[in-house]
Amino acid sequence: MTTNIDMVLYEEEFKEIQQEAERLRRDANCKVVFLVDKNGQLIASAGEDKDIDTTSLASLTAGNIAATGGLAKLLGEKEFSILFHEGEKDHLHISLVGDRIILVVIFDNRTSLGLVRLRVKRSSENLTGIFEAINNKATAGEASSDAAQSPFAEITEDDIDNLFR
Amino acid sequence: MSFINYASREINCKIVYYGPGLCGKTTNLQYIYAKTNPDIRGKMISLATETERTLFFDFLPLALGNIRGFKVRFHLYTVPGQVFYDASRKLILKGVDGVIFVADSQVERLDANGESLDNLRLNLQEQGYDLDKLPYVIQYNKRDLPNVAPVEELRTLMNEKGVPDFECCATTGQGVFDTLKATARLVLIELRKGQGG
Repeated sequence: MTTNIDMVLYEEEFKEIQQEAERLRRDANCKVVFLVDKNGQLIASAGEDKDIDTTSLASLTAGNIAATGGLAKLLGEKEFSILFHEGEKDHLHISLVGDRIILVVIFDNRTSLGLVRLRVKRSSENLTGIFEAINNKATAGEASSDAAQSPFAEITEDDIDNLFR
Repeated sequence: MSFINYASREINCKIVYYGPGLCGKTTNLQYIYAKTNPDIRGKMISLATETERTLFFDFLPLALGNIRGFKVRFHLYTVPGQVFYDASRKLILKGVDGVIFVADSQVERLDANGESLDNLRLNLQEQGYDLDKLPYVIQYNKRDLPNVAPVEELRTLMNEKGVPDFECCATTGQGVFDTLKATARLVLIELRKGQGG
């Protein structure tokens, strides 16, 4: 089952994702761009994220998407791929990229929903390609039992004990 | 399903507290939050009703330390225990790396424990997991109350496979960290066996 394979992110792909996030932030003229996986882990962010609790944001976004996905199924839809939350000053645009990534854009009145939607669409296509490559790499790694070379293959009992001291 | 980020040298794992309504899942997290150094924990989020019953989930991120140069983070989640929130419970189990079943030791809650355990097994199956293959720990909570069933009886009812189990009183904290540590250990051992294993 592909969706149960661990996500492994290497430097090279991380850079590509980061660049795409930066580009989207610039082109859509928005405040922050986040990429989160559906399990609530933050993958990348671009923009003014210093005042934002990014870990909480990632977890709540994933919860939000999961709940909306549940609603979609109830109505016989595959999914609702875009969510939009409108605030007084800041707004949230949340969309799905491929089948396991969530793209979150926070923007204010310096830009418009139309522009955000347009730029998100283009970025989503680019990001889908990058994440497909990551997924293929993980699947291939699994097949060739690459895990034996992972740094975690050598974790000792002492390493684990040390965490709890 | 852990998330290994070689770029930021981080590994994130998800642990879910499961169990019947009012068994003390949220109390476990609140105790961990209260007793953990603020440097290593994030904000605790509780999506609860006005009467403080968990509506969707509680969430607490913990950064325990480093292993082989990788920052090890655990994301702790609770599910809503009440039977009619099953749709929400299923969602929280997505991508789980380890499960803690919090059992209510009170005699009158034995049926509720059994029902919740069956529900856990079923909901995991729907997500493509097998409880017997996941890092899994049982906690017998509320040992301080007068009307509790003997641990041996609970064990016979709930732990036929002999997974690690702990007596606990989440309000005073007895056994809370032991349960968490045992689960974290199993998750890391699973990681050692191979990613995605």
